[in-house]
Amino acid sequence: MPYTYHTDDDRKEMLQRLGVESEDQLFEQIPSAYRIPGPLPLAAGKTEPETMRMFAEIAEKNRPAATMLSFLGGGIYDHFVPALVRHLAGRPEFMTAYTPYQAEVSQGTLQVIFEFQSHISRLTGMPVANASMYDAASALAEATLMTAKITGRGTVLYPAGLNPRYLAVMKRYATGQGISLQPVPFAAGSGQLDTNALRAQLSPDVAGLIVQTPNYFGVLEQPWTYEADVHQAGALLVACVDPISLAVFRQPGAYGADIVVGEGQSLGNDMNFGGPLLGFMACGEPFVRQMPGRIVSATRDVDGREAYVLTLQTREQHIRREKATSNICTNQGLMATRATIYLSLLGETGLVELGRVCCERAHRLAELVGGCPGFALRFDGPFFREFVVRCPKDAEAVVKAARGDGILAGIPLSRYFGDAARRDLLVATTEKHTEADYERFCSVLRKD
Amino acid sequence: MEFEHMLFTSEHEWVRFDDESDVVIVGISEYAAKELGDIVFIELPKLGADVDRSEAMGTIEAVKTVADLFAPVSGTVVEVNTALDGQPELVNKSPFEEGWFVKLSMSDRSELDHLMDHDAYQNMIGES
Repeated sequence: MPYTYHTDDDRKEMLQRLGVESEDQLFEQIPSAYRIPGPLPLAAGKTEPETMRMFAEIAEKNRPAATMLSFLGGGIYDHFVPALVRHLAGRPEFMTAYTPYQAEVSQGTLQVIFEFQSHISRLTGMPVANASMYDAASALAEATLMTAKITGRGTVLYPAGLNPRYLAVMKRYATGQGISLQPVPFAAGSGQLDTNALRAQLSPDVAGLIVQTPNYFGVLEQPWTYEADVHQAGALLVACVDPISLAVFRQPGAYGADIVVGEGQSLGNDMNFGGPLLGFMACGEPFVRQMPGRIVSATRDVDGREAYVLTLQTREQHIRREKATSNICTNQGLMATRATIYLSLLGETGLVELGRVCCERAHRLAELVGGCPGFALRFDGPFFREFVVRCPKDAEAVVKAARGDGILAGIPLSRYFGDAARRDLLVATTEKHTEADYERFCSVLRKD
Repeated sequence: MEFEHMLFTSEHEWVRFDDESDVVIVGISEYAAKELGDIVFIELPKLGADVDRSEAMGTIEAVKTVADLFAPVSGTVVEVNTALDGQPELVNKSPFEEGWFVKLSMSDRSELDHLMDHDAYQNMIGES
C-alpha cells in the first residue's frame, strides 16, 4: 500500500464536502487555550549520522544491568544465556515467525511449540501445557478466570506475598468479570502463606486458591499441606511457579495443583528491560477446554509421517468471537523458542545442576549479607534464589548508595508493601555471580 | 422417521414431546449435524440445572467450529445423555435417536407453541 500524503487539493475537497471553511474550524470545540497556534515547535530535520549520535548519547545515560553487578529479581532474573540460544533463535525461520494463522503450513514452528509444551508439561508434572502466554502475570490472570468459570463461583483467594505486578494484572482482569479477589495473609515469621487464615477463608463461594512458590519474598511455599483443604472446599488449586526451581523442588503435578502458571523469562531469555517475558500455563485434562491460548498436538499425516496441528482453536476468538474461552489467541513465539532451545541444551542433568547452584549461591549470599552489621534475613522460611534482607536503614538509601558503586542491590519492598517494609530489600542471585561479587556487595553494605 | 411428536426451533434443535408428560427430549436436527461436520465434544448442562428458552445451555464442538446448544423450551434438566461423553459422533450418526442431548421437564408447556412442525422446519432450511 503506497503512503501518499493528502495534497492541498485533497484537503480542499474534504473541507468542501464537510461544509467548513478551514481545518481550524474542525477543532473549535477545544478551547483555544489548549490549542497550539501555528505549526508544532519542532527543530529542523537532522541527518542520519546526527540522529544516530544523538540517540547514542541518550542511550549512554542508561545503566543496564549487564554493565552493573545486579542483584535484581522480583520475577525477572539475570541467568546466563548460552550463545547457542541466541544463535539458533536468531535464525530467520524463528525470528520472523509470528503465531501462525495458517498454522499447518508452518510445521517447523508447530514442532518447536510442541516441544516447548512437552518441556513445560514435564517440568510442572501436568498432563497438558499450552503454547505459552505473554507473561506470568497474564497467565495467572487467565487462571483466575478459569477457576471462576469451572466452579461457577465468584471469589478467588491470593497470597498477600504474591508478586505485586501479577496482582495488578489479575485485578484488572477480575474487575470486568465481577470476580472478588481476597488476600490471604502471610505468616510474619516464615513469610509463607498463613494456613490458619486460609482455612478460615475457604468458603463455598471460593473458586480457587492461588499460591506462588517461591513467593515474591523468595520463600518456598508448601501447598501439599493445605491442598486437601482447598479441594475439600470445592475450590481449585492454582500454582504460580518458578520453572528452574522445579528442577530441584516438588512439582505442582505431584501435590495436586489443578492449574499451573509461571514466568519462563529465566529460561534462556534476556531481561529485556522488563519485557517481553514468557508466560506458561499447564493444567489437568478435565480443564483443557477452559484453558486459553493455543495447543499444538502431534499426529500423523495421510502418508503416516509425523505432523503437527493446532488443536482446540475452535474455542478461540476468531471463531467463537465474544464467546471465546479468552481474549488470548496467540503465543509468545520467540521467547518460547528460546526457552525450548535452552531447556534442550541444558537437559535434565544441567537443569538440576543449575537449580542446585542457584539455591546454594542464594544461601551463601544470605549468610554473608546476614553477617554484615545491622543486616538480617527478614523471614525464616525456606528460600530458593532470592530472599528479603532487613537493613539497618531505609532500603531505598541502601539501593542508592550501592548504585554509586556500580551495584544494583535489589528491590526495596516499600515500593509495594508500604512503610512497614521500608527497611526490607529483596535480593536475588543466580549462577552468574561469583564469591568475589558477593564480597563486593557486602563491602558496600558494610560501608556505613 | 416418525416426526409426528417432534417440533423444531429456528436454531435447529428438535423437541420430542409426549401428550401425557411434561418431559421432552432435546436434540439437534440431521441438517444441523451435517452442517457442523464431525462432532468431537459436547458440553451439556448439569443435571437439575434450570434453563431458559432460547438461552445457551451447552456447546457442540466440531472439528472446525463450536456452536451453542440453545434450550428450545424453559425447564429443568432431568436427564443428560451420558453416552455422548465418550461418543460425541452419535450426534452425526443418529441425530434424532441415539444422539439426543438432554431431557427437560418443561416449566411452561405453552412454549411448545413457539416451535415449528417438521414440514415448517424443512421449509425453513429449504429442503421441503
